[in-house]
Amino acid sequence: MSIIEVTDLRKHYGDVEAVKGISFSVAGGEIFGFLGPNGAGKTTTINMLTGLARPTAGKISICGQDGIKNIKKVQRFIGIVPDESNLYDELSGFENLVFCASLYGMGKKEREAKARELLARFGLADTGERPFKAYSKGMKRKLTIAAGIIHNPKILFLDEPTTGIDVESAGQIRELIKELNRKGTTVFLTTHYLEEAERLCHRIGFIVNGKVVAVDTVDRLLRETRQENTVEFTMDKGTAGLEDALQKRFPGITVKEISAHKIRIASPEEIELMPFMQFFAANNIRIREAKIVRPTLEEVFLKIAGIKINRLEKKAEGGGK
Amino acid sequence: MRRAFWNILLKDIKTYYLKPPNISWGIIFPVSWTLMFFIRSGGAVDIRGILPGVMALSVLFGTTSMLAVTMTFERRKRSFERLLLAPISLNLLMLAKTTGAIIFGVFNAFLPVLFAAFLIDLSGINWLSAFISVLLIAVTSTFLGLFVAVSVSEVFEAQTFSNFFRFPMIFLCGLFIPLENLPAFLRPLSYLLPLTYGADMLKFSINQAGSIPVWLSLLVLVAYGAGLFLFSTYNIQRKWIY
Repeated sequence: MSIIEVTDLRKHYGDVEAVKGISFSVAGGEIFGFLGPNGAGKTTTINMLTGLARPTAGKISICGQDGIKNIKKVQRFIGIVPDESNLYDELSGFENLVFCASLYGMGKKEREAKARELLARFGLADTGERPFKAYSKGMKRKLTIAAGIIHNPKILFLDEPTTGIDVESAGQIRELIKELNRKGTTVFLTTHYLEEAERLCHRIGFIVNGKVVAVDTVDRLLRETRQENTVEFTMDKGTAGLEDALQKRFPGITVKEISAHKIRIASPEEIELMPFMQFFAANNIRIREAKIVRPTLEEVFLKIAGIKINRLEKKAEGGGK
Repeated sequence: MRRAFWNILLKDIKTYYLKPPNISWGIIFPVSWTLMFFIRSGGAVDIRGILPGVMALSVLFGTTSMLAVTMTFERRKRSFERLLLAPISLNLLMLAKTTGAIIFGVFNAFLPVLFAAFLIDLSGINWLSAFISVLLIAVTSTFLGLFVAVSVSEVFEAQTFSNFFRFPMIFLCGLFIPLENLPAFLRPLSYLLPLTYGADMLKFSINQAGSIPVWLSLLVLVAYGAGLFLFSTYNIQRKWIY
């Protein structure tokens, strides 16, 4: 059953149409990844879903409520973790959580107990009395997530939760997202890290130039892109001349030299390894490794979106993995 | 949503208004006005005569400075988004954000009174009326600060824009120069500014010397307050929930 239903959603900024009639749904209890390059319309869409931007046209239904007319009702059910850790510098970690809980009408005892519980769960119990400005980036991120879930939202919107933080904190945050989801929270996630989306998300929607170009499970997206079977061999010798010899011996396959000791074989048919092993043995080549190559989500994205790799935003920053 | 209102107010008081620089600003500023006007000429100055002006000025500068800076600062740090995304109405949210500045303004107004109490006899003042006048000046000035905060995006712009209103008000609103002494062509401008009515109500409360009917001043201040508040919330919906 859909917990978020978006129908023909549009957003104009003057003459510019930032979101061009997108439709998708998110099922209750799933982690839904919303991916796309810079300026594709991800943030505008999240802003419209959470009440920070007004749609020009279209419908939003969240938890059965009209997400445009009844946005203040909807905001009770949702938690939002923006791409920037925007808590109050002057307040301590504990005070920040207690304050955020009060915005949702939680009583004093309840919000203090919940704040203590979350500080412990996020490994911040010892630093709860420190001002937010004294936290490291990773700690700030964790506290911002804690602030987003303190009122037990049914849906959590996470905008770039691991961007710009250290590997260890990013790993902890991913585990926290999985744990929240196991406990029933629906997660709407945007991330620049396709590997992160591949690991975390049940389903993914790709948005390019304000249009949703694909929505499906990660497995199905990968399967559809894998139109051919690929095997990669790593050898003890250089691959000079091998490409032509393999092509002659096995017509119908495509051979590609990856590096001095590595070649990749692709075929529309299933690849039997034994004839290749025999061929290499006959040519006095020892195989160190043979592996089946699966397409990555990045390749899927590039194929679906038809864009060049360098347009994938912030990819070069390399954090979060 | 009473809890949200009180917690936003308490958070602002703790985060902004009770910070040492703001306390000192809140004290130093009214003290400076007081010293400037009361002690400058020894006994030559009619302290009771200028007390309403000094009080009005302290409220005006206290409220507009604080709100324009804190709102712009929170907006820049995006922590204001957190409030916009909370399930509380925009009107309640903005009332919570402005109440701290109103309290700060009222506190500022009574510091000159405290100093004056050591120098002159303050008997005969209608304190209830004076409090209502100060409160209305604080409300309109705060909402003027809100209007400025919503219209700009940088803290320095907020200060510059505030001064565009504040400094002319010192001369045009009858705080120290009676309206009848102003050039005739400037007087219509005076009657367009809300502080003229607040200062006149204060003069009436302290010295029974107002020149505008109290009911008219009350009406104009309430209308100005409501108008500035509604225009500011409309502007927030238009500019910040884009």
